[in-house]
Parts: sequence; structure tokens; C-alpha cells
Amino acid sequence: MSSSAGSPAGWVRLGTLAAAAALAVSACGATSGGGGSTLKPPPTADMKPLSAIGAGEGALNLIAWEGYVDPTWKDQFQKDTGCVVNAKYAGSSDEMVTLMANGGGGQWDMVSASGDADLRLIYGGDVRPMNPALIPDFANFQPYFQNPPYNTIGGVHYGISLQWGPNTLLYNKKKFPNAPTSWNVIYDPANKGLVTVPDNPIQIADAALYLSKTQPSLGIKDPYELTQKQFDAAVALLKQQRPLVKKYWALASDEISLFENGDAMVGAAWPYQTNTLVADGKVQVADTIPSEGATGWGDTWMLATNAPHPNCAYLWTKWVSTPKVQAQQAISFGETPVNTKACAEMEALQAGSCAQYHADAPGSYFQSIKFWKTPIATCDDGSTDCIPYAQWQTAWTSITA
Amino acid sequence: MEGIWTKLALRLWAVLLLLFLFFPILLIFFYAFNTSNIESWPIPGLTLKWFSSTWNDREVRQALLLSLKAGLTATVLALVLGSCAAFAIHRMTFFGRDVVSLLFILPLALPGIITGMALNAFFSFNGVTLSIWTIVVGHTTFCIVVVYNNVLARLRRTQGSLIEAAMDLGANGFQTFRDITLPLISTAVVAGGMLAFALSFDEVIVTTFTAGAQNTLPLWIFGAIRLGQRLPEVNVVVSFVILVTVIPVVIAARLTGGGGVAKVQAR
Amino acid sequence: MRGAVRIQALLWRVPWLRAWLLLTPPLAWFVLVYLAALVLLLVTAFWTIDTFTTQIVQVWNLDNFRTIFTEPAYRRIIGRTVTMAVLVTVTDALLAFPFAYYMARVASRRTQTLLFAAVLLPLWASYLARVYAWILILNHDGVLNWSLQSIGLPPANIGYTNVAMWVVFSYIWLPFMIIPVYAAMERVPESLLEAAADLGARRWRAVRDVVLPLALPGIAAGSIFTFSLTLGDFITPILVGGAGSSFIGNVVYSSVGIANNVPFAAALAMIPVAIMAVYLLGAKRLGAFEAL
Repeated sequence: MSSSAGSPAGWVRLGTLAAAAALAVSACGATSGGGGSTLKPPPTADMKPLSAIGAGEGALNLIAWEGYVDPTWKDQFQKDTGCVVNAKYAGSSDEMVTLMANGGGGQWDMVSASGDADLRLIYGGDVRPMNPALIPDFANFQPYFQNPPYNTIGGVHYGISLQWGPNTLLYNKKKFPNAPTSWNVIYDPANKGLVTVPDNPIQIADAALYLSKTQPSLGIKDPYELTQKQFDAAVALLKQQRPLVKKYWALASDEISLFENGDAMVGAAWPYQTNTLVADGKVQVADTIPSEGATGWGDTWMLATNAPHPNCAYLWTKWVSTPKVQAQQAISFGETPVNTKACAEMEALQAGSCAQYHADAPGSYFQSIKFWKTPIATCDDGSTDCIPYAQWQTAWTSITA
Repeated sequence: MEGIWTKLALRLWAVLLLLFLFFPILLIFFYAFNTSNIESWPIPGLTLKWFSSTWNDREVRQALLLSLKAGLTATVLALVLGSCAAFAIHRMTFFGRDVVSLLFILPLALPGIITGMALNAFFSFNGVTLSIWTIVVGHTTFCIVVVYNNVLARLRRTQGSLIEAAMDLGANGFQTFRDITLPLISTAVVAGGMLAFALSFDEVIVTTFTAGAQNTLPLWIFGAIRLGQRLPEVNVVVSFVILVTVIPVVIAARLTGGGGVAKVQAR
Repeated sequence: MRGAVRIQALLWRVPWLRAWLLLTPPLAWFVLVYLAALVLLLVTAFWTIDTFTTQIVQVWNLDNFRTIFTEPAYRRIIGRTVTMAVLVTVTDALLAFPFAYYMARVASRRTQTLLFAAVLLPLWASYLARVYAWILILNHDGVLNWSLQSIGLPPANIGYTNVAMWVVFSYIWLPFMIIPVYAAMERVPESLLEAAADLGARRWRAVRDVVLPLALPGIAAGSIFTFSLTLGDFITPILVGGAGSSFIGNVVYSSVGIANNVPFAAALAMIPVAIMAVYLLGAKRLGAFEAL
């Protein structure tokens, strides 16, 4: 089943987060070390990953986001390895999880899962540990993406990071000759009827992120871990924003159309929308990461527990991790490679793209990106007064209805 | 009968309504030639490139194929089951006839999202993997009523005396069916089948819930709209489908609507 | 062979047996698949999910319905959906009646065929593509505002509003109203109108007193489609709706697809089911089922 908000980039798909709620407890434990994990380790935790890549099996069955298995890099891979790639495009994380049930059903080898699907796949026993030592480019990955909390648990890697992206502030340059430096433009009554934000409960985290800087007295440290008071403040801010919103966009093309046709002048977006609009050139737009920082998503290639072609799967992971393919996918899709060596390749493909996508960002940059995680009742400090995702959803319905 | 002014007003109304119905479709045709992949007015430029890119798009072809397969299978099933139901209900009075009649109408009367959700829950409850067959089951369920209605309406307008006469003349049940009943209802069956296929071919909501990972054409279109990278391809495909169906639709209209069956009967 | 003839003869003489034999396959289909699925959905509505694991908890309760009736957001959504369904139905009936009248009673046979084909044809042009085309027409720099401005009128600015949804829904479902109204009107014998005229009725009165009552089953039948289709839609609100355009369908859809909360979605889905049940009873009185 495809989600209405199904989209290439990660976090709108994070939808079925609630399913991962229990699982994320341990993820939190893994990141903080303080929460104390009470969950059992994933069912496949003890499965030994390959120690060497053998000969390809001649085929590879992938479940992927549309555009993630493009002929631009698929054809060469097939030629080089003899692994014939069959890709099935999924419209949502749910569909991916469904397809991957029972360890990929003995049919699927890999899935290009987003953070929201990862924990469900890991704790469902549908994916197995991978050996990063077999991926030469792994050493060149941004340190954060070598073991992000959504795909690495207790030091075990359940997949190899692929690409990521921030949620940016997109604006019309004619309306805003000076680049906005704060998210306050999307909460400013002066922009009534010109604002568009994603139709997704996780938008509450964006509001919380903004409040964490503008109202320090609330004491928001993590936009995904909100106490009732902090949560109410974020919801109140979004309710104030409601009359300013032209449309809550559900599809990437919604937002593109809104900006292209002069209905929206400012809004929360992905680099994908910016790139598409800039390439078309009808309206002058630009995006920025405001001073308060931004939320973001990360995608991972994961190996099915019952993958019939594990060697081809490793060959594929190796291939898509190389700087050139990383750069190709980043540019064709409008996201950022995890391989730091991809920058030069990106510049060769499209001058200025490395900086545009922040592929050359220093490690500190990732402190400004709050990669989404499942809001659960257990806060990072071990207390249980955080608002779980189910309430985020109810609140979102009452905001937008 | 009608005054000249009334007639003129009615004609004007018909023209305006046709414009209303077809203007968006003309836009679809027009924007198949759009140089940009974003739709904006006025069109920035014209190109033919989307025709070749659509033609070479394997996903489009597979989606079209799946839609045709699912649509044809559902139509055939609906023709058999719907005709059976119509014959049974026609001129038969038995307990619960109204209930049965209502039951057949239900999938069309209830919003598609309910049919879709119910079937989705039903399939997952029974451990059925979603595939082309689950799509077919969903589509058949709401297509039966279309055939049923068409055939039943025709049966109601046909005189039973013709059939009785054939039987009196010694024709057996099969002969009567072949020589009398079938010709009488054939156009209704064709029309019902066409409408059923059209409904199936363009169905989004029930399909969303009953399709596995395979895309029917509407699901592919929704995916293309979602990303917005290949919108002109959507327009190319839709234009193609309209052009291909013009002739069958006109024929079906002749067989059923334009005419006259009611007028002949009224004579 | 003789046996076969005898069975045929038996079937001919015992109509109820024939009827039931014919009825069994379609009825079995409906009971085993469709009804079973609907019942399962109804049952699910009284279950709930563990908010922690989203596993369905099979404990009977009314929590879902309580949420729906106490949370003002859901009341707003239900109200908006039903109002829109009514508005669209009335609009389509008003648009369709004169058109169907023209088709059935004024146009020549040839025109009649062409008009009928013209009404059917849009059903083949993807619903999604047609809705999307309306974005191009209604948005800020769209065809509508462009046309208005080029003749010196102020822009309409109805893009991404509930007005836009009303226009698009009325457009999309119009053929579903025209076809049954036309079919019903075509069945009105001309002699009836002549009789009315003979009795001195003015043409308008004849339309009001003779044609309208006879067309009513057609309008009722068409309204089942327009009403139900609007009631269950979630795609048009996504595409052409604005802020505050959520429909019952949108909440149901995201409850299933995003929250994985099937029981709540099922409970919410019972609202349109209940509304349609009432509606169908009313429509049946008007003879809609004979005119479908």
C-alpha cells in the first residue's frame, strides 16, 4: 500500500514509526548508552555476515525507491558483475516492510530502506547483519553514517548507509530578496497564505526544533523527545501557523507546483524540490538551512535474511558506495552521498553541486541536522513522560483538520 | 414541441457542459508536448521527446499490461457472475430478493475506500499475498453490479413471450438461449462489459489497497504524479488511451445509449 | 441427452430452482469475499491497537468510536466531507438535468449517440490525470486567473481551497449523474408529455409535473454515485485541496498506511457506511435501484 505521503525522501515515509516504537527503545539505548536497553537483541544479531565476497550468483532482486536503481549506474554494474538486477519500486516504507516479511520471502535480496523502516526490519528478523569490511568505501563515509542509530545496534551493522538529505527552507527569491536565516518566516503572519509545509505529524518536530532555539525556557533538547508542556507549545505554534498555510503538501510534486505557479512563496522542502524548480527556471527559488538547524532523513541498503544472492548483494553495495555512483545518485535524485570522496565526482557532473548538497560538510554540520527518530514514551534520560508517536498523529489531525 | 428559445438555451447548455467536460482533457493532450516536466500556464514550449521516452519506458508498458490483464479478467468474471445474477433476479420472486439486489449494488454504493480496506484486511487476515489476483477479486466485486444492472434492465424490457414462444415451438433451453435470449441481451452484455472494463482500468482507490508491489496503470500514474519528474509521460499515456478508446466507446454508445432501445419499445 | 433435456425441462418448470442455481455463483462470491471482508472490518472497528507495538489487541471496546465522537477535529472532518458530498450531488443534478433533457428529448438520434459517447469518454481519461489538469486551471498563475485577467477581471484565486474541491468533484463525477438521468428520461413516453400538453399544461409545467417525477429515480440513482464517490475520496483532497481540506478518506487512509491503526480506520470507515445505509434506504424509496 502506498502512502499518500509516499515520497522518495526519508522522513515523510517514516510514517509507520509507531510500529518501531518498542524497537526504538533499544535504539535509544544504543545511542545514549544511558537509557538502558531492556529489549532483546534483534533475532538475526548472531548471524555471521560474509567474511569474503564470493562469485556473483548471476541475479539480484532489489526493492527500492523509484530512481534508486537507475540505468545510469545499473547497466555498468550488470556488465561488470554478471548480476542481472531486477528492481521492484515500492511507494512507501510500509510496502517495503510488507515485501520484506519473512526474511525477504526467499525472493528479495536487498531493500533501500529509510530510517523509519529500518528498526522494524531489524527487529522483525527480516534483515541480517552486514560486514562493512567488505565495502572498501565504507572507510570514506561520513563518520555519522558509518553507524547511525537507525541501522546499527549494539555495534552490529544491519546495512550500509546510502544517501541522506536535510529538510530545508525553500523560498521564492523575488519575494525574499534576502535569504531568510530563520524558520520564523513560516510562522510569520506577514506571509499569510504563502506558506506550505509537509502534511506529516513529524512537522511537530520541526516546530519543536524552532522552539528549542527561540524559547529556550521550554528546555527542548531533542525535538523527538517532548514532554507534555513542550509538546503543547509545539502544537500551539503549529495551530497558529495553520491560517498562514496555503496547503499542507503530501507529494513532492504538490510543492513544486505550488512554487511554480505562485501559490506558495516559502515552505519546508527537500533539496529535490529545489533542484527540480531550479532546473525548470520559471521561478527563482533557493533553499537554505536556517540558523535553528533542520531535521533530516537517511537511507540504507539492507540485506534480506534469506537473500538468495548474497554475493551479488555485496557487490551491489560495494558498487553504489563508490564515489562515482554515489555522486550520480545524489545528482539524479537530489540527495547527499554518505561517501565523502563523492564530492569531486559531483563537481565533475555538475559544478557547485558538492557544496549545494552539503556533501563536503564537516562533522559538526551533522549536529545541526536532527535525524528523525521514533518519538516514544521513554525519554533519553530514562523517564517515561515523553509523548509517543500515536499522540503526535492525533495532534496533527487536530492541527490540520 | 419545445419553443425555439428553450431549444436554443438547451443546446447552449449542452455545448457549455461539453466544454466543461473536455477542457481538462484537451489540456492533458496539450501538455503531452510540454518541454518542461512541471505544468504551468502558459505552456513554456512544445516538444515530441516525451512520446519516445514513454514508448521506451518499460514500467509504463508493464503497468499497461497489468491493467489490461486485470481489467479483462475482472470483466470476464463480472460478465459471467453479473449475467447469472441478472437472470436469476429477473422475473423471479423469492424471499430476500431485495436483499440480494442490495448486496450486489453495495460495492458501487459504498465508497471505494471501504471496499478496499475491507478486502485488504480480509486478505491479510487470511494470509493471502497481494498480487494480480487480489486486484482482480477487488475489481470483479464492483464490476459485477455494472453488468448485472445492464443485463437486468434489458431483460426487463424484453418480452418474456418471445422466449415462451420459442419453447412452445420446441426449442430446448440451450437453443432458446442461443437464438432468442442471447441476441436480445447481447448489446447490454457488451455495454456492461465495456463499462466494467472502463471502471476497472481507471480504478485507483480499491487498487491501492489490493495491489501488491506491481503497478497498474493508474498506480503508475499516481507514482509519476507524486514525484513529478515525468508528468508529460502521464499525459502521453492518457492521451494514447483516450485515442484508442474513442471508437469502441462510440460503438458502445450506439449499441446502448443512442438509442433507442427504449424508443423502439415505446412504439 | 434425454437426461439433459429432462433437467432442462425441470429447470424450466421449477423457476425457483433455476434461479437459485444461477444465483449461487455470484451470491457465493459476494458472501464469501465481500460480505466476509465487510464483517471483518466491522469487527475490527471494535478492537484496538497497542500503541506501543501497533499489534491489534482483540479486546472489545468502543474506544475508537469514543475518540471519533469526542475529538472536535473528527467532527469537523466528517461535517466537511458530508457537506461536500451533498453540494457536489446537488450541483451535478442541476448540471445534468438540462443536459440529459436535451439528450433524451431534443437532440436527434445521431446527436444523441455522439453526446452519449462524449459523456462516456472521460471515464477513459485517467481520473488522476483529469484531477491533476485542474491544478493547472485553478492555481494562482493558472488558466482561470489568466483568462479572467486578460478580459480585465480580478483573479478568482480559488486554487487549493474547498471551492476548488467542489468544482473538481462536480466535474469528475458528472458523467455518473448524466447517464442514469438520461436513461430515466429517455424512458418517459412522449405520449405522456403530449397528454399533458393536451390537458393544457404549459411546457414548463409539463416538465415540472411529468418529466421531473419520472426522472427522479434517475437523479436518485446518479446521486448514489456522486454522493458515495465524494464521501470516500481521498485523492482529490490531496491534489487540489488546501489547508483544512482533509476528508474522512484521508484520515482513514493515513490511519492504515501511516499509523498502521487499522481498528481506528475501520471505526472511522463505519461513518460513511452508516451514512450510505441511510442514503440507500432513501434512494430506494425514490426508485433509484430500478434506474441504476
